[in-house]
Amino acid sequence: MCLAVPGRVCELYEEEGLRLAAVAFGGVRMRVCVETLPDVAIGSWVLVHAGVALQELDASAADEALRLLAEAAQGGGSA
Amino acid sequence: MRLVDEYRDPHLGRALAGRVLRSASRAWTIMEVCGGQTHSILAHGLDDLVAERVTLLHGPGCPVCVTPLETLDRALALAERGAVVCSFGDMLRVPGSRGDLLGARSRGADVRVVYSPFDAVRLAAERPDLSVVFLAVGFETTAPAVAAAARWALARALGNFLLLCSHVRVPPALDAIAGAAETRVDAFLAAGHVCTVMGTGEYEQLVRRHRLPIVATGFEPVDILEGIAMAVAQLEAGEARVEIQYRRAVRPEGNPSARALLEDVFEVVDRPWRGIGVVPGGGLALRPRYAALDALRAFPELAGESPREPAACRAGDVLRGVLRPPACPAFGRGCTPEHPLGAPMVSSEGACAAYYHHRAGDPA
Repeated sequence: MCLAVPGRVCELYEEEGLRLAAVAFGGVRMRVCVETLPDVAIGSWVLVHAGVALQELDASAADEALRLLAEAAQGGGSA
Repeated sequence: MRLVDEYRDPHLGRALAGRVLRSASRAWTIMEVCGGQTHSILAHGLDDLVAERVTLLHGPGCPVCVTPLETLDRALALAERGAVVCSFGDMLRVPGSRGDLLGARSRGADVRVVYSPFDAVRLAAERPDLSVVFLAVGFETTAPAVAAAARWALARALGNFLLLCSHVRVPPALDAIAGAAETRVDAFLAAGHVCTVMGTGEYEQLVRRHRLPIVATGFEPVDILEGIAMAVAQLEAGEARVEIQYRRAVRPEGNPSARALLEDVFEVVDRPWRGIGVVPGGGLALRPRYAALDALRAFPELAGESPREPAACRAGDVLRGVLRPPACPAFGRGCTPEHPLGAPMVSSEGACAAYYHHRAGDPA
């Protein structure tokens, strides 16, 4: 139920006063409410659930976390 | 998919499981409270990877499963009175005391699956001749979409859009489980996307009260194993803190705009959780300024019904982590996804369905 999917903002627009974004998930584009992200910009990665963007994803935090995990796994014993 | 596939790397997963087994000096019990995590654990066999030292218990992490019978009965009654009832797909097959919404649809009622509550608002705007009711269920993850849709519908002065609101809040349920004598939980994995919205402030209070670690954790196998490793590290060090494993999506303050939206539209209320009973502060209801959207206000005759669960269903014990699904006498016999007795066997995220799909024939 709480599944949320990361996608990339391609376009920002309004529908009857509601702030929306066109968000690309791989090849699929969907309309997503961004009332929850006042500063969202085209190109941002957002996490989408039930038609609303929950948060802007921190891609650099993701890369750093993976790098640390991979290093620890390479080190074997300390993983 | 970027930001997903990397967290399914089996090499990283095995390294993390090894870290858990090496660092645990004794057996620990950790509970996750998220149906998505439950399914990830069983689908990838994460419980087996750490079984020597860590028992994983599954908490009430499926909002569909804890939606009270009376809410389902009210939705059914609204559909039978000619309203268009819209909800997320999972809700349609959950049995109320008189059958499910899918059954009502087969008898001619207008019941629709929508991807988002905004689609239900659009339907109401396009079809002023219809009375559209959105059955709003879900944790704090789902509530912002419903709050934004409520605000949109009110601003557009649509007279034909109503909400049957049954949102639930996670922290009060954790509070009840941590304080119960029947379950011995050493640490919790908190549901990542609930924390994406709400942040970790409410969990700081729980950690202080119950002295156990809470780790806000993501949904992919590497996320869950790292969350377990972080919880075990705290337990071994005798610590009890809130930690964030799911750093790419969770900040301590959550999403302030989403929280402000929830605060504007909803108030905290006591709410019955199916199988668990009334959870103090366990629900969200529309604030008085949104009363025009409240389906129970529009149809007051629906309030007040409180039906009983079928006696053979032990969903309550499963949801509290007291009973493993395969140990239920009805599991796989009287109760299957095709003919469910209770919601955890229906929902794609219910614990009973997770065992049924991923562990058929697993001994209790």
